[in-house]
Order: sequence, then C-alpha cells, then structure tokens
Amino acid sequence: MSGPRPRLAVFKFASCDGCQLSLLDCEDELLALGERLDIVHFLEATSRVSDGPYDIALVEGSITTPDDLTRIQEVRRASKFLVTIGACATAGGIQALRNFADHASFLAAVYASPQYIHSLATSTAIADHVRVDFELRGCPINKTQLLEVIRALLGDRRPTTPSHSVCLDCKRRGTVCIIVAHGAPCLGPVTQSGCGAICPAYDRGCYGCFGPCVQPNLASLSAQQIRNGASIAEAVQGLRLFNVNAPEFRQESDRLANLAADLPAPEPRQRP
Amino acid sequence: MSEVRHIRVKALSRVEGEGGLDVELLNGAVHDVRLRIFEPPRFFEAFLRGRSIHEVPDIVARICGICPVAYQMSAVHAIEAALGVPTTPFVRLLRRLLYCGEWIESHALHMHLLHAPDFFDCASGIELAQRFPDQLRRGLRIKKHGNELLDVLGGRAIHPINVRIGGFHRAPTREEFAPLIPRFEWGLDAVIEATRWVATFPFPDFEQPYEFIALTHPDEYAMNEGRLASSTGETWPVEKFADVFEERQAPHSTALHAVRRDSGTPYLVGPLARINLNFAQLCGVAQAVARDIGFELPCRNPFKAIIARGLELIHAYDEALTMLRHYTPDVAHVDVAPRSSSGCAATEAPRGLLYHRYEINDAGQIEFATIVPPTSQNQLQIESDLRSWLPRVLNAGDETLSRTCENVVRNHDPCISCSTHFLRVNIQRN
Repeated sequence: MSGPRPRLAVFKFASCDGCQLSLLDCEDELLALGERLDIVHFLEATSRVSDGPYDIALVEGSITTPDDLTRIQEVRRASKFLVTIGACATAGGIQALRNFADHASFLAAVYASPQYIHSLATSTAIADHVRVDFELRGCPINKTQLLEVIRALLGDRRPTTPSHSVCLDCKRRGTVCIIVAHGAPCLGPVTQSGCGAICPAYDRGCYGCFGPCVQPNLASLSAQQIRNGASIAEAVQGLRLFNVNAPEFRQESDRLANLAADLPAPEPRQRP
Repeated sequence: MSEVRHIRVKALSRVEGEGGLDVELLNGAVHDVRLRIFEPPRFFEAFLRGRSIHEVPDIVARICGICPVAYQMSAVHAIEAALGVPTTPFVRLLRRLLYCGEWIESHALHMHLLHAPDFFDCASGIELAQRFPDQLRRGLRIKKHGNELLDVLGGRAIHPINVRIGGFHRAPTREEFAPLIPRFEWGLDAVIEATRWVATFPFPDFEQPYEFIALTHPDEYAMNEGRLASSTGETWPVEKFADVFEERQAPHSTALHAVRRDSGTPYLVGPLARINLNFAQLCGVAQAVARDIGFELPCRNPFKAIIARGLELIHAYDEALTMLRHYTPDVAHVDVAPRSSSGCAATEAPRGLLYHRYEINDAGQIEFATIVPPTSQNQLQIESDLRSWLPRVLNAGDETLSRTCENVVRNHDPCISCSTHFLRVNIQRN
C-alpha cells in the first residue's frame, strides 16, 4: 500500500473497557491491523499517543462527568469518522439507571465523602452531544461487526450491520422459541441482531444487549410477558438494563411504570 | 530555598481504565505520590438496590469487560451463601473451568500486550511483535483459546450469559467442548514456552516488603473457595473480611482503597500473592517449570509478577485440559428460594481477591451491596512501590522518570474500570 496509513484512535468515557477489549480480542487480525492502520491513540494498548486529526475514532462509554462534556467535543473536532462502540456510547449504558434516580443518594450510597466526586446527574449517549457517523450496538459489541467497520473504512465504503431482531437469528439457528415453549421472558422480538442469539441457545431469555431493533413492537411483547405471568415491575426491570436509555426501551419502561403506579401493589412472587 | 519538581503522567497507558500519576519531589526527595483515578464513577452498588438477585450476575459483569467472570463468581457465591444454597460438585467444576478461561484470557493479554513491552522499551505489543513476532503470535493464540473456552461455557467471552444463581443456565455438551481439547494440548506446551521466555527478561533488583493476601485452599489452587490467608501466617474465614480490612476514600481518587484495619498498612493481592501463598497447590507442571527457571520463593519483586502470571497460565491450561478431557454433563443448576438474608464471598479475579457482600429481602431483591475490587485493594501498595522506586531514578529526566514509574504501576496490572467506585498517576517534583 502506498500513501499514509489511516490513523485510528480509541477513546474511553464511562464504561467497562469491554468494547475496546474486543479490538484486542481480534487475535487473528490484530498484528495485520497494526500494519494497515496507524494506531495513534489507544491507551489500553499503546503508550504512544499522538494528537489528531484521526481518520477513525472509536468511542466507548457514555458522558457522565463535566470534563467529558468538553472532551467529546475535542474528539469530534479531531475525527473524520466517529464510531460509537457499545451500549454505553450508543445509549448511555447500565449507568444510565442513575437517570431514574436521585444522584445525590447514589453518590452517598458508594462514597463516604461525596464532595470529592465530580459527576453529572445523568449518563447520556455520545450522539446526545456530538454528530456520530456510525453506531455499533451491543453490550459488548460483536468483534466481527467491529472488523466490518474497520475494513469498510479502509476500503472507503460505508459499513453495514444488520438491523433485524434477535428473533430472526433464533429461527436461523434452529433454536426453539423459549417464549412459546416455556413462556419465559425474552426481549428477542424487540432487540437488534448482533450477538448471534446466544441467550435462547443457552436456555434463557434475551436481555436486550443490542438495544431496540427497527420498529420494535414493545407494547405487544410486554402484554405477552404479563399474560405469561410476569409482573409489571418485572417487565419494567427487564427493559431497564444495559440499554435503559435507548428511546424505545425507555418509553416502554416508563409507560409500564406509570401503569403499575396506578395499580395496587402486587404480591411479591418468584421468577420461574 | 526549596526546590520543587512536579512530574505528572497525565494518563496511564496499557492499563484497563483511566488513571494518572502525580509525583511531587521536594529538594530532590519524594514528597508525595498519588495514583489518580479519574475513571468516572458508575455507582453499581447504588443501582443494584432493588434489583432481583437473578439479575445480579448479568449486571455486575458490566463492572469490568476484562474480568466479568470474576464479578459473576463472587456475586453468585455471595448470594448463594446468603440463601444457604449448596454448590453441587458439577457446578463447582464448571465454575473452575470458566475461571480458567478468564485467567487465560486476562493473563495472556497482560503478559504479552500490556506488560512485556515494558522490558524492551516498546510502546505496545504490536511494536514488540516486530522484534518477537513468533512469541507475540503465540501469546495471542494462547489468549484466543481462553476466549474460546469462555465462548463455549459462558456463551461469549466478554460478559458471558450462561452464569446464574445456583449454577449455569445450560451445561455444554461433550461435543461442544471436544474441539477445545487439541487446542488446549497445544496451549499447555505454548504457555510453558511463554513462561520460559518471560523468565529471561531483564528484571530490576527491586524487592518490596509485601504483605500478601489471597484465598487459600488445602486441596486446590484457590479460585472460588477458601480461607483468606496472609503472608504473616494468619488466616481468616471470608466472613471476617470487613473486620480485617477496611476501605477508605481519598480526595484524589474516585476509587476507595483498602488497608488492614488494625495497622492501617497496605497489602498486595494478585498473582504474586497467590503464587507465594499457594505454591504447594500449583499443578506439578507449573511447579517443575518454576524450579527449572530458578523462580525462588518468596518472590517479592513486583516486576516478576509476569512470571507469576505465566505459572498461573500453565496451571489454568493444565487444569482446564484435565476437566475438558473428563467432562460429563450433569444438572446445570439448583433452584433457589429467596428469603431475607445476607451473605458474602471472595473469589480470585485475575488481578486478585474480589469481595462481594449482599443483603437480600424476602422478595429476592438486593437491599444492600458492597463490592471490593482487587485494584482498590492494591492502590495504596502501588503508591508505596512508587515511593521505594523513585529514589533510584531521581536523576533521570522527566520522561524516563515517568516511563519507569508507569512500569512500576503496570507490574500490578491495575484494572481501573473495575474499581466500581474507584482511583488517578501525576508526578510533581517540588
């Protein structure tokens, strides 16, 4: 190859590091990638750090501190193509549960001296703050999809990832539907493909790592779950996990929570 | 007039999560050392409140993408301890197998991509691969097989989906495990060679007066069960953890850090602690390799933690291979009935002891959660290592000084994301 190699940068905000680890988990491709790309900023992997501009910026994590509000703007300005990687960057992550709670009480629950800690009352997606060129869903992301993004950008084409539901992947895998067969709660019908439909293949319901698929029929799924014996509170909790702040999941969990607030408190019951 | 010199490592590299280092030198002597943790706090212990116990293994996995299994293991054991759920022999075995996968993935990553570059002044594993292509390719393959084990048993390597209270959602079939056997046969030979390779690295002469803390078990190299043991010779049941150790908060850190409650002194957890305390339980092959490469105990040189990781890799490959060869599926989990209770557990994460405690209500919801990750236990000890290290590099320029300080930090494979509530390194020379 001639000409300068594309410059790749990886940035972390509030997250668990799992999505950027996916890049190091490309064991068969990593050394080759190192030859095709200049990895100019990837703190988890290299001490060599250089400033922008960057051709590709992979952004992990959500915005939760005043400093990060500024830092994401700097990353955006320095980057040609900004890709969010994972549920934190794309939807705010599990830490967006704080958006539903009293922040001061959260701080006090963990720290004896909360005054030392600087954090925002909300955890929000990168796209709430800057323009995002491509989103990779998942908690964690799928490394094949990550490689697709990198290859596409190296080949100067737009990456493509599927947007159908996990449900369809179960049919393709030949996994027996656990909602139909066992009445188990499963978010597969409303969750975007990408994980490979692993949970139902391990005899458990999908818990929505990849966030809402295109046009999810959430109200219908909630009704089905409740008919199958779940309490409204359980249906709410099921949506309030790793993609709690994804708009469709959030709206449905709020709708159900309001519904539950109008009803008498249910008896505590055990999950099947 | 006093001369002040500040040295600041703005952001540590080749560690998991976000931290920095501040060093302040006053008249050429070390005045202050602070590992700064600016990892944004994520409040896991707060939002666990009110969640069902059945959601806990999935939620706590998200504390750390590098060691999710550790979080799942400490959580399920703590909740099962609260509810009085016995661990069946089959579930116990599968949990050790799962932990082997995580130790392999995490140790191989640290050894080859994060730590080894320090010994050759390389910026990254990719750069080191230009000098040692075969060793790095081998290291990546060693890591890959750990991930493959997690894929089969956990459903996926990062944030496995198969762990539940009482056991696993589904036990893999023999056929699913079978392809791993030849890869683990290759892997066992490969990790022996990798350990011999790292043992030849140039190690500074740097012994530290550590108090080591790890789980210990008479019959096995402790992972999921055992008593807390100290290099002082003391041992305690895990239930005494909060009596023996205490977490404190420092203004420069979003991480809490732990000390011994009685003396206020730091201690060290992790591979070096485990190798020193549990060498007798290490598999025969790993012991033989240790003797062969002249690895002497006690080993209090933190740079040699890379050898300890190698020996643990041998153990993990050896034990996993035995389990894979003799695997017969059985009942994957026992059912649990929630009741108002509390319980705790500690397991050995790749980076060291990980303690969880939960209070549960009658409805099976978490009332209260405490999580003490390995890196917050090591934070004070890391700062203490830096204080001992600095006098020998004071005459160096800022760049060399910063770089070697980073090496001292990296010896301990700090996982900053992990520290739920967590820590930041800057050097200041006054």
